[in-house]
Amino acid sequence: MARVTELNVNGKKMTVDVDSTASLLSVLRNDLQLTGSKYGCGEGQCGACTVLLDNQPVRSCITQVARAAAKQVTTIEGLAREGTLHPLQDAFIKADAMQCAYCTSGMLMAAAGLLKKTAKPSRDEIIEGMNGNVCRCGTYQRIIDAIQIASGTQAAGLQPAEGVRTKEASR
Amino acid sequence: MIDEQNINEIELDRFELFERPQHNFALDRRDFLKGFGLGIVFIVPVTRALAQQRGESGRGGFNQSLPNDVGAWIHLDEDGRITVFTGKVEVGQNTRTTLTQSVADELHVPVNSVHLVMGDTDVVPFDMGTFGSRSTPTMAPQLRKAAAAAREMLIAMAAEQMKISPADLRIVDARFVNHDKSKTLTLAEVAKGRKLVKVIPDDIAILQPKDWTIAGTSVTKVDAKDFVTGAHQYTTDIQREGMLYGKVVRPSAFNATLISADTKAAEAMSGVKVVTDGNFVGVASSDQQTATKAATAIVANWKASPQPSNAELFDLLRKPAANARGGGEGGGGTRPQGSIATGLAAADKKLEQTYTVAYIAHAPLEPRAAVAEWNGDKLTVWTGSQRPFGVRSELAEAFHLSEDKVRVVVPDTGSGYGGKHTGECAIEAARLAKSAGKPVKLVWTREEEFTWAYFRPAGVIDVKSGVKNDGTITAWEFHNYNSGPSGIQINYDIPKTDIRYHAADSPLRQGSYRGLAATANHFARESFIDELAHAVNMDALEFRLKNTKDERLRGVLTAAADKFGWGKAKPAANHGFGISCGFEKGGYVATCAEIALEPATSKEDPKNRRVRIVRVVEAFDCGAVVNPMHLKNQIEGSIVQAIGGALFESIEFKDGKILNPKFSSYRVPRFSDLPVIETVLVDRRDIPSAGAGETPIVGLAPAVANAIFNASGVRLRSLPLVPRGLEVKS
Repeated sequence: MARVTELNVNGKKMTVDVDSTASLLSVLRNDLQLTGSKYGCGEGQCGACTVLLDNQPVRSCITQVARAAAKQVTTIEGLAREGTLHPLQDAFIKADAMQCAYCTSGMLMAAAGLLKKTAKPSRDEIIEGMNGNVCRCGTYQRIIDAIQIASGTQAAGLQPAEGVRTKEASR
Repeated sequence: MIDEQNINEIELDRFELFERPQHNFALDRRDFLKGFGLGIVFIVPVTRALAQQRGESGRGGFNQSLPNDVGAWIHLDEDGRITVFTGKVEVGQNTRTTLTQSVADELHVPVNSVHLVMGDTDVVPFDMGTFGSRSTPTMAPQLRKAAAAAREMLIAMAAEQMKISPADLRIVDARFVNHDKSKTLTLAEVAKGRKLVKVIPDDIAILQPKDWTIAGTSVTKVDAKDFVTGAHQYTTDIQREGMLYGKVVRPSAFNATLISADTKAAEAMSGVKVVTDGNFVGVASSDQQTATKAATAIVANWKASPQPSNAELFDLLRKPAANARGGGEGGGGTRPQGSIATGLAAADKKLEQTYTVAYIAHAPLEPRAAVAEWNGDKLTVWTGSQRPFGVRSELAEAFHLSEDKVRVVVPDTGSGYGGKHTGECAIEAARLAKSAGKPVKLVWTREEEFTWAYFRPAGVIDVKSGVKNDGTITAWEFHNYNSGPSGIQINYDIPKTDIRYHAADSPLRQGSYRGLAATANHFARESFIDELAHAVNMDALEFRLKNTKDERLRGVLTAAADKFGWGKAKPAANHGFGISCGFEKGGYVATCAEIALEPATSKEDPKNRRVRIVRVVEAFDCGAVVNPMHLKNQIEGSIVQAIGGALFESIEFKDGKILNPKFSSYRVPRFSDLPVIETVLVDRRDIPSAGAGETPIVGLAPAVANAIFNASGVRLRSLPLVPRGLEVKS
């Protein structure tokens, strides 16, 4: 059976010895201990396993490792550079764009892929680009806010667009 | 292996609190203190409120090596770090951060100097579990007391060390300072070289919400950075030395019995361990792919009997349970008030309707997972659960161990929504690990999670009522079959009421779901209230306000309506407005929704119309707000999750099989389903905080159903409302 023996992950050559039909997700998680990418469905429906292959977002749970062999793989572990968070990571924290955060790695990688294709996406483009990623906690509005903050389509720290959320009514 | 009775017990216990004798405060200090190094440990005896919560457990003893009646403890180490130990767990509801805020507030220290150890049964005090929105109202005051007492004791110790009067000393930003700041000391300098245990008095005063400085503000999630870098380790991410991967061979249908299993092919595979024990068949292997191959290679014969399908569901649920437990007549309801017949006789209009709700799945994005490891006869299991001590009891029972031989550790978990109260995956992993003689990780597939977990109960609700032409409701008869008694009570002022919950034999395994039956009961009640208002030609808001004097309910109704602009403008063509309100678990909620009828999308029948939720305004009052940003996040999340159950989520089943156990066949809310969401927080600093993770979910379904009626004239009385779109009458 064909084997894959080398992968380029987050800019580093990594040695593996895995069946070429194994899923990229299982190799990243179990063989390379890069556990930031998550299993959510195994059928490419939830996006928790999203990584970039040559800057294109893919579902690593349904991607055979052989397909990744000659490409640059970027995982959540490679998003921050030398300890500096990626603007999307900063924006996710600012916007509180997570609850249990199990979907967060996949959301960030899908968003990173989206911004590589469209630097300043509209709200509709974000919805279309992110629709394959599920957040069961329902933080979609905040994820949209975060992508807008990171892409400069909404200033950081500002309240979201008029009418999206309100000030508190204190008494 | 799976304890159905216990599931029911969890569901029902919570509404039938019963007193049990309080334990005597007896502290076995020797064992307990071994785990701590130098520094000072502050111990909080359990209060009556917490003892009562413990009394809910029909089972589950205490860890023999830990003191019996301790609610919480706080450790100040020699480096001035503060560690708080609690049995609560974090599943996305942000309790780790809000509890940290409460402790930091009382101790006058920065949030980042406080660390919470949660849900590790060997080192935290016993806790019944994280559910029922109890962490904020019960655990936060416990921890506040501990922290407040710790502060006072530390000040006394520092004063002695500094040779000044305690009255002249305060803690400011983790330092002891005197009045003119001429003398200061750090927390570390007081803890240095000490090994002390202080039992704190229970009558210590804690800060009132108006005096909060750290609580009440939008503190960022304490572990946000770990989440956005992928560094946080969920159960699924844990690796142990020599660990194997497990896979369980599932029965052909629910309640099936194993007749035979041919495991030869699997056993012939290199490095594969096959385990058969009663109805259990599973494998373990050093890699996941081989484990899956080996499990697939096992030929198992199962015997299953015919079982009901969706088609018969609601007739089945109307039949009384064979052995009704706890619920039954009056369970969760109250004694009938006056005569319904008399009430109806006084009415100008009488209405009667039936509502139904489907089974739905929690579908937490992190499926059930466990890593089990045996060291001699001591079992350690890491698993995502809302009840670490409950899972410990299940493991002890399954393996005939005493509970002190079992340690359950719950890493902050990839959500639960009430769906992770049980320990089935932990038991399976432990069984495999026992035979394999090595640690085993077992992660359920999405399909297993959709099939072998438990569901939100389906239900049937009959409502009968009468109303006078002036809008006064005269009678209210309400019967809930199977879905549960939570949120069944009304806060409308109706003279004659008869409100009952009837237990039934559920064809599917069912249990808690965020908000429990409050969603079903609010859907029926608030839809029916809308029908009554329509019957007497009254505005839906005006009708509600006429029938309730509850000041907090009126408060949220008015707040939501004002923000929404209720009554200000008519909906556009093919749009509709709806409103609902309610009360549950100490929280008051009112929801306004706008929907639009649009051409069907690919997800709907092309003959039908898509119901799009355009805008939702929700006002929420849960007393004093601990963290406004995270509360808004919880409300928004509840609304989004509620969209699924309201519009399209439904478990389909037949003959003991789930027919749609995948995200490709079970539709959950996505980005494209997102309405504009506006939240109004009614921050009541004069009222103690209630939990807020659940109640914001109950208002959406009725508000949307009422909006659909407003737009189309069609009353929909079953959840989900429009799984295939809205049928258009020609």
